Amino acid sequence: MTLPLADLVTMLPELIVAATACLVLALDPVTSPRRRDYLAWMSMAALAACFIVTASGMGDRVSAFGGLVVVDAFAAFWKLLLYVVTGMTILLSIGYLKEERIALAEFHGFLLLSLTGMMVMVSGADLLVIYLGIELMSIPLYVLAGFKRFEARSIESSAKYFILGAFSSGLLLYGVSLVFGAAGSTRLADIAAAVAARGLNDPMILMAMTLVIVGFGFKVAAVPFHMWTPDVYQGAPTSVTAFMASASKVASFGAWLRVMLEGFGGVTPHWTGLLLGLCLLTLLVGNLVAIVQTNVKRMLAYSGIAHAGYALIGVVVAGWAGADAGISSHGVSGMMLYLAVYALMTLGAFAVVAVLRRGGVEGEDLEDFTGLAKRHKGAAFLMLLFMVSLAGIPPTAGFIGKLYLLTGAVRAGLTWLAVVGLIFAAVSAFYYLRVVMVMYMRDPSSDPARHMRLALPPATVVVLLVAAAGVILVGVYPGPFIEFTASAVLP
Amino acid sequence: MTVPVEFYMVLSGLVFLIGLVGVLIRRNLIIILLSVELMLNATNINFVAFSAHFGNLAGQVFVFFALTVAAAEVAVGLAIIIALYRHHAGINVDDFRLLKW
Repeated sequence: MTLPLADLVTMLPELIVAATACLVLALDPVTSPRRRDYLAWMSMAALAACFIVTASGMGDRVSAFGGLVVVDAFAAFWKLLLYVVTGMTILLSIGYLKEERIALAEFHGFLLLSLTGMMVMVSGADLLVIYLGIELMSIPLYVLAGFKRFEARSIESSAKYFILGAFSSGLLLYGVSLVFGAAGSTRLADIAAAVAARGLNDPMILMAMTLVIVGFGFKVAAVPFHMWTPDVYQGAPTSVTAFMASASKVASFGAWLRVMLEGFGGVTPHWTGLLLGLCLLTLLVGNLVAIVQTNVKRMLAYSGIAHAGYALIGVVVAGWAGADAGISSHGVSGMMLYLAVYALMTLGAFAVVAVLRRGGVEGEDLEDFTGLAKRHKGAAFLMLLFMVSLAGIPPTAGFIGKLYLLTGAVRAGLTWLAVVGLIFAAVSAFYYLRVVMVMYMRDPSSDPARHMRLALPPATVVVLLVAAAGVILVGVYPGPFIEFTASAVLP
Repeated sequence: MTVPVEFYMVLSGLVFLIGLVGVLIRRNLIIILLSVELMLNATNINFVAFSAHFGNLAGQVFVFFALTVAAAEVAVGLAIIIALYRHHAGINVDDFRLLKW
């Protein structure tokens, strides 16, 4: 059997990223420590090349490898977003790894391998391919979470992530095997055909669907499958946390939505109910538990859980019974815009945490932000911007994301859900603005042991500025971005 | 005489449940890892049984992929457990106290 060249060309971005990852891993041991940065820049160049390839081929739906993978505007949207997020993570890591004295360029290789998995996931049109993508995304992340291996906390977070990650993939794979038993294939189109043929209440399909939902629920950290998130986000190196909170959540949502709409599209009444329950629980627990956190990384982890709840509103709207095609695609594009905005602001907030240093360690406690505005105006202002955006206050991107998403819910007749979303947005403002209050209204401690400094190499400045510019730009001039997501929804 | 596919499903369901319960109640990381492997192998039983039932080779191909992924996962997992052992001199889940579980 030979692989047709056209199929390989369709997967060109994945091939470029995977090859660069292998090259980085191979070159790392033979590169002198002074030149390790070049490997990071090489990764950036590969991402730029992929961005051009994906952007230029965007629009038409192309299937490859006999329908195992599909490249359409939906997949291209997630890939473009993932390139940006990964690029920002690599730039952030260059300075962060030096501060943490981790002199291993294989870090960037693992990031790229994980990115390959995410790209395969969002392009997968077969549950098995999506499963392989999820594993390729997760296994490098297990390693990255424990990258500070001399620090017990980091290893502990890695172990927790590994156990619960492997457990959730086990559930997902069992669901896939039941789907195979019901449909005789794991192709999403064949699953849809089997669902249509076997009717709405086939127990095997429903059980498989539930297991798939649970598996993805773990990956996007939806309550009640969220218990790993705060521990892992707190213990992992901050640049890895930023990557997990943004890229892996974004990619999991992209793949999840495709599976639900293209595979289980025939049983929407069943899964919208399940997802609505997940969504409400996620909003409730994420927002309420975030209030009592005193560690900013942990607080941002719960905030990430809460935002997964908002993105779920979009998924529910997309499959809501009685919603016509226009409203359904409003739900999809609302979720896409929301996640894009979320990825930018979360990455920005974690970047500020990574930059803030107290002696040799990170300033990740809320206390470390005390009076930051007096000592470091710029950093405090950026944190203010990201917090305001995460809370969804105009004129920032977070506001536009919530507005567009909740409008979709209202159009689908779920006005009460939009109201619930607004109430929790008000709750979330409490813990986001507490960080702002601590920064601006308290005096910095005079104790030299609590003196904060900023570790700001040029690459990190670029990351912070890109995130801030994105948050403001989408906030004041959202039109083109909304149109872009609306043009990339699933048909 | 052939064994009906339902029998295999019951077997795989039992193996899966044993694995699931093992992950949830055992405290030793190695045992938890083995329980996860049981879950994955229950999946493989399903795939092979359905493959024979439908006369469709795809199921057997899936098993190869699932086995390979499981091996890669275990390789990383054992490395993490060894690193953990160096810090805690133990691999009991109850020893993890640095982060609120």
